Amino acid sequence: MRFILRRLGFYLLAAWAALTLNFFLPRLMPGDPAAALFARFQGQLSPEALKALRETFGLTEQPLIGQYFTYLAHVLKGDFGISVAYFPAPVSEVIGSGLVWTIFLAGTAVVISFVIGTLLGVAAAWWRRGWLDNFLPSAFIFLGAFPYFWLAMVALYVLGFTLGWFPLGHAYGDDLTPGLSAAFVGDVVRHAVLPIGTIVLVTLGGWLLSMRNTMIAVLGSDYVNLARAKGLSPTRVALRYAARNALLPSVTGFGMALGFVLGGALLTEIVFSYPGQGYLLVQAVRNQDYPLMQGIFLVITLAVLGANLLVDFIYLWLDPRTRERR
Amino acid sequence: MAKPAETRATGISVWLKAIRRDRKANVGAVIITVFVVIAIIGPWLAGSPDELVGMPLQPPSTEHWLGTTGQGQDVLAQLVAGSRISLAIGFAVGLTVVLVGAIVGVTAGYFGGWVDSVLSLLFNVFLVIPGLPLAIVIAAYLPTGPFTLGFVLVVTGWAWNARVLRAQTLSQRRRDFVAAAVVAGESNFRIITREILPTMTSLMVAQVIGSAVYAIGAQVGLEFLGLGDVSSVTWGTNLYWAQNDAALLTGAWWTFAPTGLCVALVGFGLTMLNSGFDEITNPRLQLERIWRMFLGQRRIKPARSTPVVSHD
Repeated sequence: MRFILRRLGFYLLAAWAALTLNFFLPRLMPGDPAAALFARFQGQLSPEALKALRETFGLTEQPLIGQYFTYLAHVLKGDFGISVAYFPAPVSEVIGSGLVWTIFLAGTAVVISFVIGTLLGVAAAWWRRGWLDNFLPSAFIFLGAFPYFWLAMVALYVLGFTLGWFPLGHAYGDDLTPGLSAAFVGDVVRHAVLPIGTIVLVTLGGWLLSMRNTMIAVLGSDYVNLARAKGLSPTRVALRYAARNALLPSVTGFGMALGFVLGGALLTEIVFSYPGQGYLLVQAVRNQDYPLMQGIFLVITLAVLGANLLVDFIYLWLDPRTRERR
Repeated sequence: MAKPAETRATGISVWLKAIRRDRKANVGAVIITVFVVIAIIGPWLAGSPDELVGMPLQPPSTEHWLGTTGQGQDVLAQLVAGSRISLAIGFAVGLTVVLVGAIVGVTAGYFGGWVDSVLSLLFNVFLVIPGLPLAIVIAAYLPTGPFTLGFVLVVTGWAWNARVLRAQTLSQRRRDFVAAAVVAGESNFRIITREILPTMTSLMVAQVIGSAVYAIGAQVGLEFLGLGDVSSVTWGTNLYWAQNDAALLTGAWWTFAPTGLCVALVGFGLTMLNSGFDEITNPRLQLERIWRMFLGQRRIKPARSTPVVSHD
């Protein structure tokens, strides 16, 4: 219980740090973002819109500390200001439309890559110096060195453009209405194969290597030798005794990897014109839409923090020591 | 810790010997050397990357080995010119990131107490905040250019190194030789720089290489998004223009394929170099290697699981 409370406290603090960073960044940086936007939209926006824009940045006449609390109150209400690129839609609305797709894409990819990578790591450590162990780590180090989005471009070019096996972009066909029909779900899966596949391919190696290395150390420990001496079946020794314990460092790494993979997924989305946060991010960068950028940053950060908390619960379940002593 | 000049000289030859002995490190070293040489002298040989040399989007030919871009520049010239800035930023950021990480991590680990609590909290928060979105938000507010990119990459990349170096310092701090130095009345600064840091050299070299891999990848990603200086020629902006000119949908694979391959080759080479170093500097792997050599000489096949030999 104390473990969970401490972690919860840490994530709340991290969330607050992200919020505060988000507040001070525009104020510390050279130049006034609102002024830059004024110049850009001169004559295109009504005076009221310009005033709303200025308020979006919280650049009112209030003293800084007052601005800070107004900002916090707005964010807590889910109000991230008004988007410039999609004017006059509020940022929260713009982000909400893409969030599901990004979470679907990154979440599925991370889970698939974790499961396959970890299992391969177990196999590589168990048949140490076998062909699997000699070949796989190097192959995946090489694959892992590619930028996510570049591999996505190649996959799209070869499998989508040249061979025509997969659609060239978007999350589902234009002719389908979103719903729980078999046709729609099938189409979503067909559109997701390439983006998810490339992310899995690039991230697999990390899980494989970390699992293999811990597994090798665990396999040499006394309790594994004892399990072997007792004559337990090799599968049982490998999975229930060794792998379960070797899994702990990977689980700890999972939370951190999540933020990293999400970043890569954003870039992958751009290549596939996937309607998630990545696409919005490009629009935001091109149009200098600061409120949208910051909104995306906050939402993604909060999502990652939430996922980390979830991982901590899993850790608690995996490692009895954290339950008993703390 | 006698005569620093002498230990430094033997230090470099030890590294060189280590690279030569390990096959992986060898492969990595060759790849990296080739790219560094290309980055230094290549731009003088390959011609101007900005010059419009022919029709846009020409496939590779004897005249233009890697074809032309959507604007009609030579892809090979752009690739070679891009390697210079991309690698320079990559290695500079790799070094800076480890430097910042070392200052924070070693301070936290050495002084302990509330200093440790505050600094640990700081890097843990930075670790959990997703890097790319943070990088984008910061970069968007600064003027575009290599310094902005470098700064952003350092801000988002230092925390991991700090964490590792803190843990390492913590374990060194309890050793007898540090206690001896404290009793001898050496200053904290001297103990850190002369006693503790030298024990972590190999770790920090590995970190510089690992961070350079991160920096090159992240830099290419940010530039691909359009957050770099899109008028300069780097690997990232090459990919940005390829995507912008719809290279994929016109089938112009030569405008993006070579650049990505180069990024991957550099990353692969650096990682290989690192894993080669690891086999040498990690005492556990070293003992294992000696053990396997011993068994091999006696024609005994090593068992499936390796005997784990502890080194303390």
